[in-house]
Amino acid sequence: MNPRALMLEKAARPLYWIMLAAALWVLLRGHNAPGGGFVGGLIALAATAAYAIVFGAAAARRRLPLGPLPLAALGVALALFSGLPALWWERPYLSHLWFSLPLGFTDLKLSTVLLFDAGVFGAVWGALAGYVLALLRSVEAAAAEGPP
Amino acid sequence: MLVLAPVLLPLLTALLAAALYRHETARRWASLAGALLSLACALALAVEADRLGRISVALGGWPLPYAIEFAADRAGAFMVLVAALLGAAVVLHQVGRADAAPETPILHPLLHGLLAAAGGAFVTADLFNLYVWFELLLIAALGLLAHGGQPRQLDAAFKYLALNLLGTLLLLVAVAFIFGATGQLNFAALTEASRRPELAGVLPVYVALLALALLLKAGAFPLFAWLPASYHTLPAPVLALVGGLVTKVGVFALLRVGQVFAGSPPPFDEALGWIALATMLSGVLGAAHHWDLRRILAFHIVSQIGYLLLGVALATPAGAAGALFFTAHNILVKADLFLIAGLIWALAGHYDLRRIGGLYRARPGLAALFLIAAFSLVGVPPSSGFWGKFLLVRESFAQERYVWGGVALAVGALTLYSMTKIWLEAFWKPHPEPDRQAPAPGLKPAWWAVTLLTALVLALGLMPEPALRYVESAALGLERAKP
Repeated sequence: MNPRALMLEKAARPLYWIMLAAALWVLLRGHNAPGGGFVGGLIALAATAAYAIVFGAAAARRRLPLGPLPLAALGVALALFSGLPALWWERPYLSHLWFSLPLGFTDLKLSTVLLFDAGVFGAVWGALAGYVLALLRSVEAAAAEGPP
Repeated sequence: MLVLAPVLLPLLTALLAAALYRHETARRWASLAGALLSLACALALAVEADRLGRISVALGGWPLPYAIEFAADRAGAFMVLVAALLGAAVVLHQVGRADAAPETPILHPLLHGLLAAAGGAFVTADLFNLYVWFELLLIAALGLLAHGGQPRQLDAAFKYLALNLLGTLLLLVAVAFIFGATGQLNFAALTEASRRPELAGVLPVYVALLALALLLKAGAFPLFAWLPASYHTLPAPVLALVGGLVTKVGVFALLRVGQVFAGSPPPFDEALGWIALATMLSGVLGAAHHWDLRRILAFHIVSQIGYLLLGVALATPAGAAGALFFTAHNILVKADLFLIAGLIWALAGHYDLRRIGGLYRARPGLAALFLIAAFSLVGVPPSSGFWGKFLLVRESFAQERYVWGGVALAVGALTLYSMTKIWLEAFWKPHPEPDRQAPAPGLKPAWWAVTLLTALVLALGLMPEPALRYVESAALGLERAKP
């Protein structure tokens, strides 16, 4: 992007990681409080979009794990898979199961819901990042051609 | 689990096709295999639903009415079967690449995403879930409209998005109002709630709002502007799927809403009937004006939606049976015509009728296939279109709606005009450029798709009894209780 915005460039890198951490926190928090995979995915998307605005769509795409389409596909696959363990215990599809893992100082609560939410997170982040990056790419291409 | 197959199988196929994004050939065959498996499961579901009347599964192990329920009755299973037939034909045609528009890796996942969303709308038994499937339908259709990336396709995608977002928002607002008034989202629970006397005042208003949103989705008069404005930029097989399916999901949802809110139906059947007539007429007259094959066929989609709405407006089991039969006929015939248009494009080099010709001499086989499909669309006996129109017109006359039945017949004659135009221009007159190069090879799967679809259309016309019996028992399940 030109002209260079020094403040934005310096801030963008730490902001990217802070936003991703916030996205992860919102994803995990969604278990008992407002949040979850959808909102977390949107925050992660905001991180990707901010990075793309400063360093270009191609750079942001390289930072995206797996790339947009596979990330979204993996997310949907994870969400679909999270309903399968229930069939083993002869419950209806998507019946969710909870486990508790004692770690001594605290109990780690695990569940298939978390798997589902992580899937939603990936699907939202991947699919929307695909749209946003494609859009930014076309804007960049138009800017490179110069004013009409 | 069979009830979930119309959703899960296309979704898994979409995932598989997305995972194979680097392997073009493997992706196509995986997509075709998924479509055929969906078709087999849809057949099994139709048989099972006929035997048991209604199969349902409540997800997540919650008790009803809180669980998200999926249920297939005969009507839903019938629509699932028709959609699966359409999906298989379209994917087969696309494997042949008759339309040489560039195929991006996202095309096959999007095709199956659209099928999954339609399947979900046909088997859901939950009002909010119905909204979600419409949303997914919109996202998949939008991706298909835009995936070519040309400016005119993006323009079409934007028009589609703008008008359909309005419909989706209306739908959401209506669902929220209904949930606020009844506290329920499950279909069975809503039917019960709709009989509560204290809701008799407000509920019909909300249901009318819901119906308005669905009419926009279905492309009814005067809300159809998005349809011809956006559809004509797509490659033919994609157009066959989007044009064949998306609007019909809206009509089916209208039938379903009529059943669910049987206790307090909004008094709009009279208005719906006139909307149906206006839709029929505006579609067929719009088609008469155009020269692009895809635009002509897109306007005929609007016209045919009018017939479906007429069946809904008649508000009897016979009317619903007519609407269901006509939907099946129309999806198959319309897809057939779009796929034939794809072949015409591949053989003659253009979608504009003024710039092509000579196909009768060059490809008499294609001419025969087109004639069968065109006569079915017009409704010449004994074609599938004849039976569909016969059911609707007979029921109109039985209810002494002579104008409705009469217009439905007249529109058939006007349809003949458009079909004659295509015949004269594309097949009869000589090609304007006599020394054209021969078309590219590799059209075999496309020929197969067109031939099989035409055979199906012929069979539906010559042996309508099994389908008629199925839709009549399905329509009894959709019956609305008279207040």
